[in-house]
Amino acid sequence: MGLIDDRFEKNFATDAVDTVLNLGRAYSLWPVAYGLACCAIEMIHTMTARWDLARFGAEVFRPSPRQADVMIVAGTVTHKMAPILRRLYDQMPEPKFVIAMGGCATAGGPFRTYSVVQGVDTIVPVDIYVEGCPPRPENLIRAFILLQERVKQMTIAKSPRVPAPPIRIEA
Amino acid sequence: MEPATADTALGYAPLLLTVLIATGVGAVTLLLGIFVRPSKPNPVKALAYECGNLPIGDARLPMRTRFYLFAMLLVIFDVEVVFLLPWAVNFVSLGLFGFVEMMIFLGVLLLGYGYLWRNGGLQWD
Repeated sequence: MGLIDDRFEKNFATDAVDTVLNLGRAYSLWPVAYGLACCAIEMIHTMTARWDLARFGAEVFRPSPRQADVMIVAGTVTHKMAPILRRLYDQMPEPKFVIAMGGCATAGGPFRTYSVVQGVDTIVPVDIYVEGCPPRPENLIRAFILLQERVKQMTIAKSPRVPAPPIRIEA
Repeated sequence: MEPATADTALGYAPLLLTVLIATGVGAVTLLLGIFVRPSKPNPVKALAYECGNLPIGDARLPMRTRFYLFAMLLVIFDVEVVFLLPWAVNFVSLGLFGFVEMMIFLGVLLLGYGYLWRNGGLQWD
């Protein structure tokens, strides 16, 4: 991690730094545009004026993983796409988060076939699962709000750094 | 012209201040970034970004000389458009003088275009 991470016990100074850092991180989550199937349409809707994801500071969809914080896996991940997805995840800068959007990304969805990855969590660590086929934009927005809550829990102080259990948003 | 005095030099103080502030902001931001940002390099992150595909070969390939000609052409006709646009916007106020001037300019370029066409500069092979 960074130069100041895990160096100090939790005190008022690390709390202050955490507040500033997490505020910046939580309200400028830049997703990497990763629409793979029909869920992408709902993801695009989330950006439009009706739902307006920009209210939550996550409107800057990046076409490159280098500038992104969150990967929204929106759609069916095939075995052909899987190594590419993993590579893009690896190319994202820290800290990074993954939202598995819809049934396909969560668990393969209706495609119980030889060609479809049965859940994107077999390739990358998932923070939030959004149920639905496809999920409504409101649920994706909810995923972002919960992710922001999670980002705000991050700290630079000495901590065990156990990965938090994934959140499941029901349809 | 008045002689240079201490006052004249003082007139440049805001400029100096701007330079100092600009440098300061840049330096502080970059230094802060070094302390704050997580650094977790991995070999995949160091790869060139090719939409997730593995990059094939190096970016420094030998290019065909043909591209040189096309690049030159682009520059020439690029400049033409840059001149055409403001002329079109101010067409009425520039009047006949502007029109004649522009036609001369376009005529020269048209000559070059014809020369290029005749010598096969627009053909790929």
